[in-house]
Amino acid sequence: MATVQPHQVRAGRGVELGLLVLALAIAVAGYALVGLGIDGSVPADVIGYAAGLTGLAVALHLVLRWRAPYADPVILPVAVALNGVGLAMIYRIDIAYEAREKAAGFAERQLGWTAISVVLAALVLVLLRDHRTLRRYTYTAMIVALGLVVLPLVPGIGQSINGAQIWVRVGGVGMQPAEFAKIALAVFFAGYLVTHRDTLALAGPKVLGLQLPRPRDLGPILIVWGVSLAVLVLERDLGTSLLLFGLFVAMLYIATERLSWVVIGLLLFVGGALVAATAFPHVGARFDAWLHPFDQEIFDRFPGGSGQLVRGLFGLANGGLFGTGWGSGRPDLVPYAESDFIVASLGEELGLTGLLALLLCYTILTERGMRTAIGVRDGFGKLLAGGLAFVVAFQTFVVVGGVTRLIPLTGLTTPFLAYGGSSLVANWVIVALLLRISDEARRPAPVVRAVLTPEVGTPVASAARANGGGGTAGPTGGDQPTERIEGLS
Amino acid sequence: MSELTITLLRLGYLALLWVLVLSAIGVLRRDLYGTRITDRRRANRAASAAPVRPQPVDAVAVAPTPAPAASAPVRTPRAARSGSGPRKLVVTEGPLRGTIVPLGTAPVLIGRAPSCTLVLDDDYSSSRHARVFPQDGQWFVEDLGSTNGTFLADQRVDGPIPLPTGTPVRVGQSVLELQR
Repeated sequence: MATVQPHQVRAGRGVELGLLVLALAIAVAGYALVGLGIDGSVPADVIGYAAGLTGLAVALHLVLRWRAPYADPVILPVAVALNGVGLAMIYRIDIAYEAREKAAGFAERQLGWTAISVVLAALVLVLLRDHRTLRRYTYTAMIVALGLVVLPLVPGIGQSINGAQIWVRVGGVGMQPAEFAKIALAVFFAGYLVTHRDTLALAGPKVLGLQLPRPRDLGPILIVWGVSLAVLVLERDLGTSLLLFGLFVAMLYIATERLSWVVIGLLLFVGGALVAATAFPHVGARFDAWLHPFDQEIFDRFPGGSGQLVRGLFGLANGGLFGTGWGSGRPDLVPYAESDFIVASLGEELGLTGLLALLLCYTILTERGMRTAIGVRDGFGKLLAGGLAFVVAFQTFVVVGGVTRLIPLTGLTTPFLAYGGSSLVANWVIVALLLRISDEARRPAPVVRAVLTPEVGTPVASAARANGGGGTAGPTGGDQPTERIEGLS
Repeated sequence: MSELTITLLRLGYLALLWVLVLSAIGVLRRDLYGTRITDRRRANRAASAAPVRPQPVDAVAVAPTPAPAASAPVRTPRAARSGSGPRKLVVTEGPLRGTIVPLGTAPVLIGRAPSCTLVLDDDYSSSRHARVFPQDGQWFVEDLGSTNGTFLADQRVDGPIPLPTGTPVRVGQSVLELQR
């Protein structure tokens, strides 16, 4: 028996401001160094750029002071730093594209999306006072998520770009609804699993040390598996399919602690992917490009060749340990250097040292999400924070793993870094939700003082048990013991 | 601009990135190692070696208070202090082993409910499980209709029966006895 005493939690808003200064310095220095590296002079509008970014970040910081004073102090600076580095790299690639007279202008649009995202994140923090409100919309979230996933298939608004049918274009504004579907799905899974996790965890036979679920409890996982396969087949999008399915399996695992779900999920996905690889040529091409990228035939093949992947690898190799420096590499030689392959671009100009720092930023972000999940006292919040943190980590893994040829390349965007409005907005909303939940998790519990009954007079018991973690906050009621000794009358 | 300046700026930028990462980790460190875990038994042993060790006020559940003088609100009546009667109720087995409840003239309520004098962290005890109370200079134990029963030296307690000093009373998984 041990007693656990948490240290006094500091709100950490001052620490956040300090880290925010560092993060903004990184963003602005990146922008300035791009100018220095290409033209030999700092861009003229660097002051305005710095002022704009600082205004956005400080505004969000003030919203946190106002509405979520105990929110985690590390999440916001890390997100700002990643977004800033991404902006600088997109600006740098813009300049290179302009020099080659390719379509450019990504940086301004991304800056606009950043502003919209930060405003939306602030709105989420202001309007959503308690994350448990979202639990009321469990099944609404499911319908919204499924709707968003199938939206690109609707004729008229759905659009096929580069073979993948994942775009929706309404009135000139394109978006990838799957990016928002992952948030809605996380809300649905959290609400669904928090009520059903006991049946999923405890009922069912045990085979080879694995607690298998009952066949009828398999229903939901099979539905999600079917949806993710449908995404794979109909929209030809391996990445989103992997992301949605991975999210569900991870949240099942968090909810039930049963390894069998991970095993079942992995087997189902590997099986599905193998069938898809043999049955559909565009998936098979991805596997070929992954396994034999340096074959001349596969390198030259278009579409579905390994040219992009191999050029990205060459870029990474050119960067080496310390990189070529901002503006001194040739990241624009890789197709989609500003979105799908921004990791390769950053790896070229910042080197392994810089890329590892960025990956550590994602690690920190995920760790804070998981720590929030541990700290928050309600089951729904635990599952939601765990799921959202996982989805950021998993998306980064799928993208970076694809670019570095660890796994087959899939078309996902790197959170915060890559060009793309939908992705940026969705990830800032995730950050806002994590901040909201972490405020709940780190807020000191109301202290329950020792009850001093007058006739007893010896307050040995202090009712500070309400501080304990888990969904069962507070002392358990009822006059029954939770367990019964067998063989007693 | 000279080659040297550019190289310095390039490496300086990487250093700046790592400064952010490391200072973020520095902030996290407090959280990762942010809880103090004390083993109760070890704490008790240490407490018996040095009896005047101050206990934190907001300790979780029952703070093992070794010396009655340490808890301020306890006022042991002089009648109980003098004389040969028991002075304390000691938990000798179970999760709260080593916990001492100083005895006054008031009854001691034992159970899982937070309003009890001795709150047991024990799944086998009822919310209000048993009561130990003084009457006519003697201590009695009484079961309060608990599910798993109260046992005085392996005999189930039904009504109030006298509780001699040093006789073990079993409540759920815990064993208590009166000591001088």
